[in-house]
Amino acid sequence: MRERIKCLREQSLSAQPSVSAERAVLMTRFYKENAGKYPPAVLRGLAFRHLCAHKELYIGPRELLVGERGPVPKACPTFPELTCHTMEDLRTLAGRERTSYYVPDEVYEVYDSEVIPYWRGRSLRDRMWEGLTPAWLQAYQAGVFTEFMEQRAPGHTAADDKPFRLGLEDLRVQIGHKIEELDWERDRSAPGKLFQLRGMDLAAQAAMLWAWRHADMAEAMAEEEGDPERRAELKRIAANCRRVPARAPQDFWEALQAYWFHHLAVITELNGWDAFSPGHLDQHLEPFYQRDISAGNLSREGAKELLSCLWIKFNNQPAPPKVGVTAAESGTYNDFVNINLGGLRADGSDGTGDVSELILEVADELRLLQPQVNLQVSRRTPDSLLESACRVVVHGHGFPAFFNADMVVGQLLRQGKTLEDARRGGTSGCVESGAFGKEAYILSGYLNLPKLLELTLFDGTDPLTGSKCGPSTGDPGTFSSFDELMAAWGGQLEHALAVKFHGNALVQHLYATDMPAPYLSLLIEDCIVDGTDYNAGGARYDTTYVQGVGVGTLTDSLSALREHVFHRGTVEMRDVLAALADDFRGREPLRQFLVNRTPRYGNDDHRADELMKDAFEKLFRMVDEKPAPRGGTYRINMLPTTSHIYFGAKTGATPDGRRAGKPLSEGISPVQGADRHGPTAVMRSAAMMDHAKTGGTLLNMKFAPEVIAGVEGTRRLAALVRAYFDLGGHHVQFNVVGAEVLRAAQARPEEHRGLLVRVAGYSDFFCDLSRELQDEIISRTELGRVS
Amino acid sequence: MGLLFEVKRGAVHDGPGWRTTAFFKGCPLSCPWCHNPEGISSEKEIWFVASRCVGCQNCVSVCPRGVPAPAAGQLGPAYGSACTVCGRCVDGCPVGSRAIVGMERTAEQLVQELARDRAFFARSGGGVTISGGEPLSQLDFLLEVLSACRKAGLNTALDTSGYAPRRDFLQAAALCDLVLFDLKHLDESRHEETTGVPLTPILENLHALDEEGANLWIRYPLIPGFNDDQSTLSRLADLVLRLRSKPLVCLLPYHRAGQEKYARLGRSDPMGDTEAPGETSVENVATRLANSGLMVRIGG
Repeated sequence: MRERIKCLREQSLSAQPSVSAERAVLMTRFYKENAGKYPPAVLRGLAFRHLCAHKELYIGPRELLVGERGPVPKACPTFPELTCHTMEDLRTLAGRERTSYYVPDEVYEVYDSEVIPYWRGRSLRDRMWEGLTPAWLQAYQAGVFTEFMEQRAPGHTAADDKPFRLGLEDLRVQIGHKIEELDWERDRSAPGKLFQLRGMDLAAQAAMLWAWRHADMAEAMAEEEGDPERRAELKRIAANCRRVPARAPQDFWEALQAYWFHHLAVITELNGWDAFSPGHLDQHLEPFYQRDISAGNLSREGAKELLSCLWIKFNNQPAPPKVGVTAAESGTYNDFVNINLGGLRADGSDGTGDVSELILEVADELRLLQPQVNLQVSRRTPDSLLESACRVVVHGHGFPAFFNADMVVGQLLRQGKTLEDARRGGTSGCVESGAFGKEAYILSGYLNLPKLLELTLFDGTDPLTGSKCGPSTGDPGTFSSFDELMAAWGGQLEHALAVKFHGNALVQHLYATDMPAPYLSLLIEDCIVDGTDYNAGGARYDTTYVQGVGVGTLTDSLSALREHVFHRGTVEMRDVLAALADDFRGREPLRQFLVNRTPRYGNDDHRADELMKDAFEKLFRMVDEKPAPRGGTYRINMLPTTSHIYFGAKTGATPDGRRAGKPLSEGISPVQGADRHGPTAVMRSAAMMDHAKTGGTLLNMKFAPEVIAGVEGTRRLAALVRAYFDLGGHHVQFNVVGAEVLRAAQARPEEHRGLLVRVAGYSDFFCDLSRELQDEIISRTELGRVS
Repeated sequence: MGLLFEVKRGAVHDGPGWRTTAFFKGCPLSCPWCHNPEGISSEKEIWFVASRCVGCQNCVSVCPRGVPAPAAGQLGPAYGSACTVCGRCVDGCPVGSRAIVGMERTAEQLVQELARDRAFFARSGGGVTISGGEPLSQLDFLLEVLSACRKAGLNTALDTSGYAPRRDFLQAAALCDLVLFDLKHLDESRHEETTGVPLTPILENLHALDEEGANLWIRYPLIPGFNDDQSTLSRLADLVLRLRSKPLVCLLPYHRAGQEKYARLGRSDPMGDTEAPGETSVENVATRLANSGLMVRIGG
């Protein structure tokens, strides 16, 4: 690692995430002056231009790529137009034990005097409640589901090659043509389209202005600079910023700087989920790299240095501060940028190039929290790249994750994408499949599947709070067959989904009408062509997801009831209900019996796996193809982020012997410790789910290092990935770390701050996780250890 | 019908790639370091995990012979002759602390189970390993299983002590893609006094197999104070170097994981407090053997 990178990396790692009020103040003053004067899209375009014209710039010593969202690295702006933090929220952010943010005194002051007085009652979160029903509120509070858009904008997308192929000037020309072509005679939405296109044009101008301000600053710094080498670098930086993102990048360096400005613009205009992602970065950069290398303008090490600078830039942008349920379902600084390597090209050929290996090396050397890196493994992916990725996994930092590229294509095709759009797609966020550059694929909320069983068992009443948040589906004591129980669970599921869909329609309508994203719309097809905003359905494909959580806990619980109550009759339903209501107090033998004598998911045992399939198919049928907000379509996927911990806390004891408040199973992984027949059995169980019907599933595995050490271990791991994908799996990721190391880290966090582990669809620093999540990771079966 | 004590999936120490290992029950040897003591007897046995026991005494109340439950801290189930391994206590235990070691399978049933991880075998060059116990002690069943595996296109490895009649041994080996041949010692008298069987027929089998040009790995458990001295290791090297197939030698360092199993069977561990050899000393042995011209690997 070059000295420059060591320095920048150290700076990025040691900077404490903090809250910056800069954006909040600029937006407050802009809105005070301008709200009500313009249509929403124009207002948002102007607001963004106001930000870009006035926000403080940062060009750090030794940087080769420039631009920060906050005034300095790791300073996080806030988005009061969406969520106006209260004074209490700010104190919570500053004071909480995990993922805290430093909040300077002036932030409290300006929030108290200026930001809160203006936004209270005006922020989108404050206005969200209009129209939401008591049923929604009850279910939300009981932990039946979460709501993604209560603090953050939709986002959830990734770029195709547009940022590398076109400049903003090109897009402005397209916008100009589009405005000229508006059909004022017949198209009744022409006025709306005009305003959307104007908003996009303003947003494009804004980002160009922002880049040019950096150019001015770099030039001024170059004038002052005594060191000739640095002076030359600053001049080059200035030239880069003068050119991109206004025009298409010409070389590797410009390509990185161009993407970075696009990225910053998207995450500054709004705080959309999963930030933004360059998608298939290796494929986008490969032509620039090859050209520069053969022209002699760039060395391999030079390219790595520039890539490292980009990596550090990503790491400098922690997730915008979240509070409440949103913080619980997604408790991390990680903002889920997920870079795809390998995969396929639009023509179906292998996407691997020299840059793929280069990026793996950079990620391995830097070991930063962000960005995530994943390998898209297709049948055509060479073993050499897969094995390189496995070697990085063995280093034990939880990345890269592996995705089945052929399955991703299959999922997208099933959803109606064209073959080319599907192949250009990949994975963003945690495990979400999307048509990069052409799709809004919005996660709307996690759905607590075991909670719905709990409501089934207590006839619609939440036993923890007494709240009647589900319909009456009958007293389970009177059920004469397991099918009746499943039907009742289906009734609870149907009700919860109806309530959730109703809420989604309202919340997403607010974004569509009041909170357009003109900059993001520039980058996603066909927003310009249709003159429609990303948040209003402008993307070529529009999908809203419901994410099922706790399928392992649900399956084992169903299995316990079927096996012992309905099939063998060894346990009475009333006894189970009494034990659950009492969290198994005084009934340890019964609990042990349920834990140990139940066919459980994750063991290649069809008795359990068939139940998983049944429940999954029910969920699929009730969600898939339903009409969704923005004229889009509902789909399901199966990932938890950290919601399995939150949902666990909201769910009483379950029939699989899980105690009240304990975490649910995560993703599609088996219940922690329930899998007893090794990794191949887990994978065969997980592959019983029809992954093609989802937009992503998440399987976590943990290995003791010795199992996959050495050349043979690497091959073994690679074979495991390939075989799982042969069986139809979507994704798998590995934690390679001994439980004793994790325990030591728990006991002495100060000595293990750098310990990265795989949490769900992302890695996080172990010591930043909640105690419960730490315990949960330790308890995930450590496969392959001599027992 | 054969008697097994475990089918272990995702095995990584019994041959190349991902493997499923079938452990046959019953072994003519009685090596004190055995880490699968439940594989020695060819009868079913009761297995008791004391740490799971909640002391409900249900096992006693359902036992038709009134065999007492083990007291806390006592070694495993001291059943003696009263227990007929009827298994009622196993069904009666709410926490699953008891099990019967020993399960019957037809060859067809077993091969069906072994074939489940075919996808993983195919991608990793793995397959099925038949281990034990001593698989050759259930010869007919073994031949049936190996033939069925071959028919099903499964790669097979046979993990054996090599202690069996020559004809039986070669017949089984001929049905395998790989033989994992365990050698315990190179001195006739030390071998016999420790394992209970003579060395000569084992070595004769090894040479006969080598003559056939079989695919062969040697597995050598490295037992402190028994076979890790310079002269024994030299004899091992001499022997292996004379083999035509130039087999890989896998050193299997003694480990303490078997101790818990002895307790679960209600027996005391014959190795007592013997320490597992340190990493460095194992590496030294490996280096020495490699220097004398062997291909050596630590682990299976």
